Amino acid sequence: VLLGIFFNVHSAVLIEDVPFTEEDFKDGPERIYGLYEQVSYNCFIAAGLYALLGGFSLCQSRLNKRKEYMVR
Amino acid sequence: SFVAGVIHPWRVSAFERLLWRACRGYLVASFVEMPEPMEDPATGETITWVIFLISYWGEQIGQKIRKISDCFHCHVYPYPESEASRADTMNGLHSQIQDLSVVLEETEQYLAQVLDKVVLALPTWRVQVQKMKAIYLVLNQCSFDVTEKCLIAEVWCPVRDLTQVQDALRQGSYKSGSSVECFVQRIPTSESPPTLIRTNKFTAGFQSIVDAYGVASYQEVNPAPYAIITFPFIFAIMFGDVGHGLLMFLFALWMVLYENSPSLRQASNEIWQTFFEGRYLILLMGAFSIYTGFIYNECFSKATVIFPSAWSVATMANHSSWSSAYLATHPSLTLDPNVTGVFQGPYPFGIDPIWSLATNHLNFLNSFKMKMSVVLGIVHMGFGVLLGVFNHLHFQQRHRLVLEFLPEMVFLLALFGYLVFLIFYKWIKFSAANSRLAPSILIHFIDMFLFTSNAGNLPLYRGQVPVQTVLVVLALASVPVLLLGTPLYLCCRRRAPRTGHHGPVATGDEEPLLEGQEAGNSVNATKEDVESGGHSPDAQHVDFAEIFMHQAIHTIEYCLGCVSNTASYLRLWALSLAHAQLSEVLWTMVMRNGFVRLSYAGGVVLVPVFAAFAVLTVAILLVMEGLSAFLHALRLHWVEFQNKFYVGAGYKLCPFAFAPDVGE
Repeated sequence: VLLGIFFNVHSAVLIEDVPFTEEDFKDGPERIYGLYEQVSYNCFIAAGLYALLGGFSLCQSRLNKRKEYMVR
Repeated sequence: SFVAGVIHPWRVSAFERLLWRACRGYLVASFVEMPEPMEDPATGETITWVIFLISYWGEQIGQKIRKISDCFHCHVYPYPESEASRADTMNGLHSQIQDLSVVLEETEQYLAQVLDKVVLALPTWRVQVQKMKAIYLVLNQCSFDVTEKCLIAEVWCPVRDLTQVQDALRQGSYKSGSSVECFVQRIPTSESPPTLIRTNKFTAGFQSIVDAYGVASYQEVNPAPYAIITFPFIFAIMFGDVGHGLLMFLFALWMVLYENSPSLRQASNEIWQTFFEGRYLILLMGAFSIYTGFIYNECFSKATVIFPSAWSVATMANHSSWSSAYLATHPSLTLDPNVTGVFQGPYPFGIDPIWSLATNHLNFLNSFKMKMSVVLGIVHMGFGVLLGVFNHLHFQQRHRLVLEFLPEMVFLLALFGYLVFLIFYKWIKFSAANSRLAPSILIHFIDMFLFTSNAGNLPLYRGQVPVQTVLVVLALASVPVLLLGTPLYLCCRRRAPRTGHHGPVATGDEEPLLEGQEAGNSVNATKEDVESGGHSPDAQHVDFAEIFMHQAIHTIEYCLGCVSNTASYLRLWALSLAHAQLSEVLWTMVMRNGFVRLSYAGGVVLVPVFAAFAVLTVAILLVMEGLSAFLHALRLHWVEFQNKFYVGAGYKLCPFAFAPDVGE
């Protein structure tokens, strides 16, 4: 999530992480900003997937705990 | 007539053969194996017995058969002739079996109940037995006084707790109802007492790392309270990264907040126990790492732009009018700080984030970190020498203040304190305008020792050469003072009382001489003189040699150590460089691959990439680098810091406690 925010803000420190090619440098920085934003969306997607995974594993662990109680 | 019985299966064939040979066919024998194995009452094994039934005619054959079955250790049972009695016997046997099984069941149940009750009480019994054993162990160490029928124990006890001990003894004798009271008395002893340092759960971790090097000698200055701050700080210099420091801090915080939960305390894993014992250590190390991470401006190897950067690329571009052709032919461009507007002053806190985008990042950082390591090292060592003052004052060795502390400080400060001064002076005096003319400190320092000068290296300030000469001479002069000062002083002090003794003896004996008891008295006087004179030079020589050698070793160790230990502090630079490079490599080689795809599938790809990045961060950067930095910080403390003042030849006071014994 944090990485997504930083990419969205067009942080200059992360310039080397944005996959650009030679032709992206023409016509001003808008293309670069667009690339930044795409990478930030990817980051948000990954964060969302992680949240899903985390929630899923939490549910599973709680269910297993209850099952143990019932067996006893 | 019949004979019925049970026989061991291995003996069946021999039994059959013998029966046939002995009785010559006047019998009919049938053998049937038992359906389930039963226990042999004699040996306790479970064997499948073989049941046999022999019908015979004639009395003698019957006797023969019985003898043979006796020899073969068969169990013979009565077999009634008539059918009805056979049925009766069967019923009787069945009811017997039932009764017996009922009795067995009830006995087993009762046994189980008794054992359950015992299981509840067993741990307490075990603890009681162990406590009693421990108490008897201690009682055995006391000496038994037969005449007064009491036990005498010689113990070490802290003076502050003496009243508590007396109270406890009084209570004990009151509770046991004895008529005679126990009491405690102080006795003089020439043994050196054990060291007791009271710690709470926070300071215990730091005290244990100091004690691991050597327990402090009795009443020596304890470096642990200073280590509470210096150790995490030196660790953090080698570990500086905000992200990693934060992870470490959170981990330690979790351990500290849940330190009372039994699941954490009773873990059997030894490595986990080590981490748990040092949880406050790790907490401080993480907190300090966050601080140095902000100074190095590194968070998972990326710089944070909290304040706007002080370097402006736009002004440089405008000033130099970089054209596309120029940019195409020059892959790396320099921002010249002499151009107005490019460099707007130093960054408020830490290192400017623009450096993380620069290719000469390492050149800048190396120079900075090298100088920082040397400065910190000399400060740390100077502090160590200063702590020695406490030792000298406490043990009433004021001569050591002048004869050891002063030359040590002079040597350290004249040479290496001057180096620190040069570093700071050069930082302050030279700016970007005259940076091309800035002299090299290293060459100046070498020239200082060789008493030469280099034409190409401009002096830093006026009168530099005479100042340096004076400092070197001072430092060299302090070496013989350190070497010979204390031994000569101790030597003189020992001679002085001896000459004082000689005085009265001589005058006392002179009077009898004057009164005329010449020969005998003068012979006696000279004999005594010779005897006492003979003792002192011998004893003096032995002591002097020992003291002199000890002092010589100390001098050599100190002087050579100053040079080598200062260089040893450069590991602060080396390890912080290694950490920074490792985290950068991890980012570029692992995490960056997650950003390559621009389509939305890139988001899915990022999930395993981030997982790999996280695992490697924890395993390599946190655990491996953390342990490495911990070890080097520990080494710096133990060797470079503590050998300036610490003796560490004591032993710990181990009071009697039930806890460690109960665990056995």
